[in-house]
Amino acid sequence: MTQKTKNATFSLKKIATMLAAYSIGIFFVYPYINMFLTSLKPHDELNLTPMHRTPVQWQWRNYIEVWHSAPIASYLKSSLIISISATLLVLAVATPAAYYVARNRFRGRGLFLLLVLATQMFSPTALIIGIFREVDLFGGLDSYLALIVFNAGFNLAFSIWLLSGFFASIPVEIEEAALIDGCSRIKALSRITLPLALPGIVTAVIFTFVSAWNEFVIALTIMSSVDKKPIPVGITGFIGQYDVAWEFLFSATIIAIIPVVILFISIEKYLVGGLTSGSVK
Amino acid sequence: MSTIKTLSVKEPKVATKKRKLAPSGSALAALPWIGPALILILAVVIWPVIELIRASLTEISNAGSFHGFTGLTNFRDLIANPDLKPVIIRTLIWVAAIVFFTVILSLPLAQLINQKFPGRKFVRWALIVPWAASVVMTSLIWKWILNAYSGELNLTLDQLGLIKEPVDWMGDPKTSFYFLIWVAVFVSIPFTTFVLLAGLQSVPHDILEAAWVDGATSWQTYRRIIFPLLRSSLLIATIINLINVFNSFPIIWVMTKGGPGYDTDTTTTFAYKLAFIESNMGQSTALGVINFLFILIIVGFYLRVTKATRTEL
Repeated sequence: MTQKTKNATFSLKKIATMLAAYSIGIFFVYPYINMFLTSLKPHDELNLTPMHRTPVQWQWRNYIEVWHSAPIASYLKSSLIISISATLLVLAVATPAAYYVARNRFRGRGLFLLLVLATQMFSPTALIIGIFREVDLFGGLDSYLALIVFNAGFNLAFSIWLLSGFFASIPVEIEEAALIDGCSRIKALSRITLPLALPGIVTAVIFTFVSAWNEFVIALTIMSSVDKKPIPVGITGFIGQYDVAWEFLFSATIIAIIPVVILFISIEKYLVGGLTSGSVK
Repeated sequence: MSTIKTLSVKEPKVATKKRKLAPSGSALAALPWIGPALILILAVVIWPVIELIRASLTEISNAGSFHGFTGLTNFRDLIANPDLKPVIIRTLIWVAAIVFFTVILSLPLAQLINQKFPGRKFVRWALIVPWAASVVMTSLIWKWILNAYSGELNLTLDQLGLIKEPVDWMGDPKTSFYFLIWVAVFVSIPFTTFVLLAGLQSVPHDILEAAWVDGATSWQTYRRIIFPLLRSSLLIATIINLINVFNSFPIIWVMTKGGPGYDTDTTTTFAYKLAFIESNMGQSTALGVINFLFILIIVGFYLRVTKATRTEL
């Protein structure tokens, strides 16, 4: 309301702001629009001269044919198995740790938190040779289990930081009241504290799921069977071929990214806090 | 003990209450709660570190079997490798250029999306897209956009009359390296902007109002008030970017595989190629250890900085 009463220069500034912001927004989304348009082209339109931005013939059936022309279904299945299992593992491991760290002081607490923070900083890429040799040693090459464990391990830190922040913000008095009323500690935790920390848990779940979904280097290195490859590794396998079926490559990509983009947008508010480990106020 | 205090801002409030819930403060009592996390971290992070270092000091056959300790032989071999020097120089350029451009571009961008305007939510969502869509998928689409005969870049340049015939941007290492940097900046900006945005949102409103009342221009307000308050966010965003960019693998792998030859490799992709394509485990583990030490230094710096930040707050 106050904006309406401001003078003309202010509106001009505002219009400039809007124009700049919209153009930048379009700039960042444009490659994916290009991806979408390419996914709808018939194969012989890919190398059309002169080039066209939009498909001449909108071939929506690419989205049906891609399921037959590439093992998309098995890539998706692998990605789902790995991402869901890794997420559940993170949740099972991070929740008690985060809760205990938020509520208790104990010897080695600082060291534990330091270790967690360091985990977040070390990416699998830097350690990939060590990871490969460890997985090989345990006979875990080409297995879902290895990918699940490593995806969970490298995403654990985010969840511990985020959840311990949420637990710390829940007043202890609420739990104490439940204890006085005769609840066991576990019951107080599951009936009172966990529901209150739900937004944090949802964020941790989505973040872990999306990171595992997008993980590339470990999967590239340890998975060799076609039917066990998760989607990023499966899709990039297309580009080694002589006549790359970009239209199918991109329809598969669109199928893979739309759900995770929506999930990520839904946790926008908490993303930064978790990633920078509470160091940015 | 000071580490404990600085790790969470909310600590003091919790600390006074917790005695009732947990009378024992021993590490043993904590084990059932933090034990699984500890095991996972040891198995997934610490073990590969130790394995990497151990392998770098041993001779390993291509089949992966252990042939005894050889001291620093692998490191000597690596340093004698004539391909290493250009890769190191390129890595330095890679990291410096990407982090510099990312930060320089994210600063005004964060400022922009912190303004109030209709549709701001959608602009923020647009910025999240490259972040969520993953580096692999984004590299794929840029590879296609830069395609000589079918890519949108050449189409646009042609329509603007800037080129006469298709240019194979990714075919020549001189141009392809710049485009790899471009894609890396493109994928780094969203995260960096959001970190800086979080910093901007924590600037107290009354300070800005006071500056406005005192007649400060927007530039003065930014230069003298906002920017100094943004310093810690900026530092953290820079360090996280340093680590991410140094570790960056998918962009190069998807777009050029480091080729032709090693002409677009960084130490990260070079170590990967040595290990998994050339089966040169000795040199690759040596380079892996050097890469790891480099990251360790940055992480150490990060830990110090964040600790300092927390005590400041």
